[in-house]
Amino acid sequence: MPIPVEMPKMSDTMEEGVLVAWLAEEGDAVSSGDIIAQVETDKATMDLEVYDDGVLLKKVIPAGAAVPIGGLIAVLGKAGEDISVLLAGYDGAAGAPAEASTSEAPVPPAGDGAVQPAAPDAESDTTFAGDDGRLKSSPLARRLADEHGIVLQQVAGSGPEGRIVKRDVEAAIRRHTPAPGVSSGYRMPTTMIEMPAEDVSEAVRLSQMRKTIARRLSESKFTSPHFYLTVDVDVERAVAARARINKQAEAAGGVKISFNDFVTKACALALRVHPAVNASWGEQEGVVLQHRHAHVAVAVAIDDGLVTPVIRHADRKGLAQIATETRELAKRARDRALQPEDWEGSTFTTSNLGMYGVEEFTAIINPPNACILAVGAIRDEAVVKEGAVVPGKRMKLTLSSDHRVVDGAVAAAFIGTVRSHIEEPLSMLL
Amino acid sequence: MAVLQLREAIRAAMVEEMERDAGVFLIGEEVAEYNGAYKVSEGMLDRFGADRVLDTPISESGFSGLGVGAAMAGLRPIVEFMTFNFSFVAFDQLVNNAAKIRYMSGGQFSMPIVFRGPNGAAGQLAATHNTAVESLYSYFPGLKVVAPSNPDDAKGLLKSAIRDDDPVIFLESESMYGLKGEVSDARDYMIPLGKARIAREGADVTIVAHQKSYWRAMEAADRLAEAGYDAEVVDPRTIRPLDIETIAASVKKTNRLVVVDESNPFASFSSEVACQIQERAFDWLDAPVMRVTAKDVPAPYAKNLIEYYMPRTEEIVAAAKQVLYAN
Amino acid sequence: MAGETRKKAGKPSADGEAEGNGVSAASWNGHSGVPVGDEVASGLDESFIYYPPGAYTHEELGFSGDQVLDMYRNMLLQRRFEERAAQMYGKQKIGGFLHLYIGQEAVSTGSACAMEIGKDSVITAYRDHGLGLALGMTPNECMAELFGKVGGSSRGKGGSMHYFKKELNFYGGHGIVGGHIAVGAGIAFAHKYKGDGGVCLTYLGDGAVGQGSFHETMNLAALYETPCVFVIENNEYAMGTATHRAFAQTDFHRYAHSYGMISSLASGMDIFSVYKAMSDHIAQARNNRPSILEVRTYRYRGHSMSDPANYRTREELDARKEEDPIIRLKGYMLERELSSNEEFDAADDEVKRIVMDAVAFSEASDAPPIREIYEHVYSQADYPFLTD
Repeated sequence: MPIPVEMPKMSDTMEEGVLVAWLAEEGDAVSSGDIIAQVETDKATMDLEVYDDGVLLKKVIPAGAAVPIGGLIAVLGKAGEDISVLLAGYDGAAGAPAEASTSEAPVPPAGDGAVQPAAPDAESDTTFAGDDGRLKSSPLARRLADEHGIVLQQVAGSGPEGRIVKRDVEAAIRRHTPAPGVSSGYRMPTTMIEMPAEDVSEAVRLSQMRKTIARRLSESKFTSPHFYLTVDVDVERAVAARARINKQAEAAGGVKISFNDFVTKACALALRVHPAVNASWGEQEGVVLQHRHAHVAVAVAIDDGLVTPVIRHADRKGLAQIATETRELAKRARDRALQPEDWEGSTFTTSNLGMYGVEEFTAIINPPNACILAVGAIRDEAVVKEGAVVPGKRMKLTLSSDHRVVDGAVAAAFIGTVRSHIEEPLSMLL
Repeated sequence: MAVLQLREAIRAAMVEEMERDAGVFLIGEEVAEYNGAYKVSEGMLDRFGADRVLDTPISESGFSGLGVGAAMAGLRPIVEFMTFNFSFVAFDQLVNNAAKIRYMSGGQFSMPIVFRGPNGAAGQLAATHNTAVESLYSYFPGLKVVAPSNPDDAKGLLKSAIRDDDPVIFLESESMYGLKGEVSDARDYMIPLGKARIAREGADVTIVAHQKSYWRAMEAADRLAEAGYDAEVVDPRTIRPLDIETIAASVKKTNRLVVVDESNPFASFSSEVACQIQERAFDWLDAPVMRVTAKDVPAPYAKNLIEYYMPRTEEIVAAAKQVLYAN
Repeated sequence: MAGETRKKAGKPSADGEAEGNGVSAASWNGHSGVPVGDEVASGLDESFIYYPPGAYTHEELGFSGDQVLDMYRNMLLQRRFEERAAQMYGKQKIGGFLHLYIGQEAVSTGSACAMEIGKDSVITAYRDHGLGLALGMTPNECMAELFGKVGGSSRGKGGSMHYFKKELNFYGGHGIVGGHIAVGAGIAFAHKYKGDGGVCLTYLGDGAVGQGSFHETMNLAALYETPCVFVIENNEYAMGTATHRAFAQTDFHRYAHSYGMISSLASGMDIFSVYKAMSDHIAQARNNRPSILEVRTYRYRGHSMSDPANYRTREELDARKEEDPIIRLKGYMLERELSSNEEFDAADDEVKRIVMDAVAFSEASDAPPIREIYEHVYSQADYPFLTD
């Protein structure tokens, strides 16, 4: 009996997957645990594993095609086995290959067995490579890029035949590093695209991630009634505390704490004081789920999208551990290496655009959370203290709440607790 | 300090060492009565007598071998080649006997001998008289090879070479014998073999160059400075043992390397440096190592051709700009 | 064994030497060899001396019977050592080249008796086992060197062609034909420069005479009046090329005249001829008169282990074996009743045991430790090699 290989569900929100690359050829013997293809879900690029032994009799879909969950991807079996009956069984069924999505873009030829780059759809960033497809870069450029988390494929090389050299990576690092006065992380666009004389609009195909973001956030914004509360927080002590902690960490070779880690910790502690906020509008009619765990998601911008990996039990974790986990998750998010367990199960989310110099903003709730906290930039501000105008440091926090779950007073109490923790960081030790 | 010509600095080193050690003697063609083909040994016959300053017939193989035997027997010969082009008829003495006897005898015999004389091209002398030999002799384990670029280094290095218990090929330059420079007159002024000198500090590109090429490299560094590039010039001074640490440290700072070498390019000093640097500093390189060498042909006679044959300042500038991606 | 040979078989007293040899510093006349000027067809030169076989007795040369037995024992040691080495080569205990000296032992032992070992110097080409053993290198260090063991004279780094022994002023063992001749002149130069009274004996084969370095060195040695004797061991073949096929002038001693040097010809099959000739030449060298001594000898084995020696006939070989220097000396001793058969048997047994001990020593000696590969290239211990 031939054995079908179907598109598995690889994330809680996945509805279809794009087969990015085949890693096995028809006729190859495979056994349980072998990886035969890579599949791009709405969240990440995942390995497609088989669970049976046999010969890969047929690759049903080409690389680049999108397949709904349960759709037939491949057939395993004994060499020479008749698979027509099995194929017929899938024809026209719900799990058939989604022709529509493949017709939008030219389907690349099936891979030659080597690992293939992602299907050439608009989801990929602009990549740079020489005529022969090899990415040329100097050894130094590679080392620098690695040290600074720069993806070489996204750096334009200025050396001979497009070789990426030191100055190119340094320019990329500068783009990633804020100019003095702007907080960290902002990438100033430096190149402008060519604009033709006549009006031209280009159809850019949506990535799986883009589609998911569009669907889920529309759903959230249109179904959950949002309201917003903003507070201005005095962060002078927190800034000083962070400086002291990091100085010690530097001396001891420990991990450095970001300001956002303070926010994560403060929110997690506040969730324990205000369980009504730590809740979800239930799937089930007439029920709100109140969680007895504080899993704080942190929104991470990646190219062409956004993911929200979760710091589990952030209330019980120290700042150093939160910092370490956040950094690790963010790196894996940028590398598209997050696994479903990394982003599933959050009870609250924070989003920080402070590094872009944004003072305040309102965020859309990340379902099924009840609230999301939008974090603005730290500002140097003249403040009045004991009757005198003195320099101070301020930061705005805006809480978006689902009014079906949380009322104004509850939300205000919650954000007040968050604020008091940040204004007196020592309180987070209690 | 005194200002001396290169030939005077070399002579000073020999004279001082001969006064210090009765086992040191000078032998070669025209070194005694004629006062040296290039007047390096001028006055030495008068000073030390015919037992210690010996003219030879034109028989490089013979007097080189004689030097090897004398060194094995405990003397410290200085064997002068009128030019190192003539050392080729004594090749066996240098590369088999001088280089290998210590090893083959299991360390029983030392080989405290210096072979010295002018190296490389000196104008329109055509193919047989214009060979740079540093790449050739540094190929052989057992030999040491020194190629100073200035009078002070020449004196300090030659004194070290004479006192060294291993055979040293000490390379001078016909066209540099008149080069003047400050020279230490300290009695025991010794510059250790195997130590490079950073002649000019810079941040953007490392240029390694010795002997005549060193001066071309310094000119190139000036021109690069005019163009806004800060070149570091490293003079290895000793070809074997090579101070690769100093060169590698410089490359790790500048990320770019140009090697200038008067040898022909194939299997040469410049290829050796390039190879060792990619082994030691691969991840610091921002560009391939570039070489500026003699052209891969026998040295020609015609004036324009020999000028083209030699490593030229503009070639060094161009190579540096290439590794700087400045073209 | 070899050390004892030196002591007992050493030279007669200085007085005896001067009178017995009859060689004056001023002239090559008055030697005790045979003038052969009449036989010289060219008539260019009548001054060379011939030391024929059978012309000298041990009494005339001032040797006791015991000293002669030591000479015999020393030659036999070389012979048995090399025979055993050939066997070990066949058993793959020895690699590379193995050039045997068998048949030429009278030259090495006769020379060793004529010189002052430790004061005078010796340098030779690659057929160096015989001279090494004659000078007093131990059979153990010699065999272990062939085995490539750390107990070898060069700790296993030189092999058959590169024996050296500094304490004995033995300057090697050199592999390149003709390459060492000028080195010999340099060693002699150093003796003169230092004024230590020593001379250098430089041995070379007939084949080396064709090298330019030979002629350059003869000129330099004569020009600088270095205290050296150039001993041309003419064994009639340079590898497979008979001398008459390689040289227009096969009387090699005659080349001396081109350089204004004195020269002579000696039989290499009679140890007394060799001894006499060497003594006369060394006396000249002590007065800074360099010279060429051609010794006519014969090698019974091929050039090297891989040489079947097809370039000569069986008859030629058999005929030459009758002149064998060891058989010849034994015959001389029996004839004069210098030694009994029992003494010969005892000498044979002793030599055999020494050689077998050398084999056992070499088997037991360790291969050189790998780290020693980087030792002895330079005097400098921390020389920066490109290492793996």
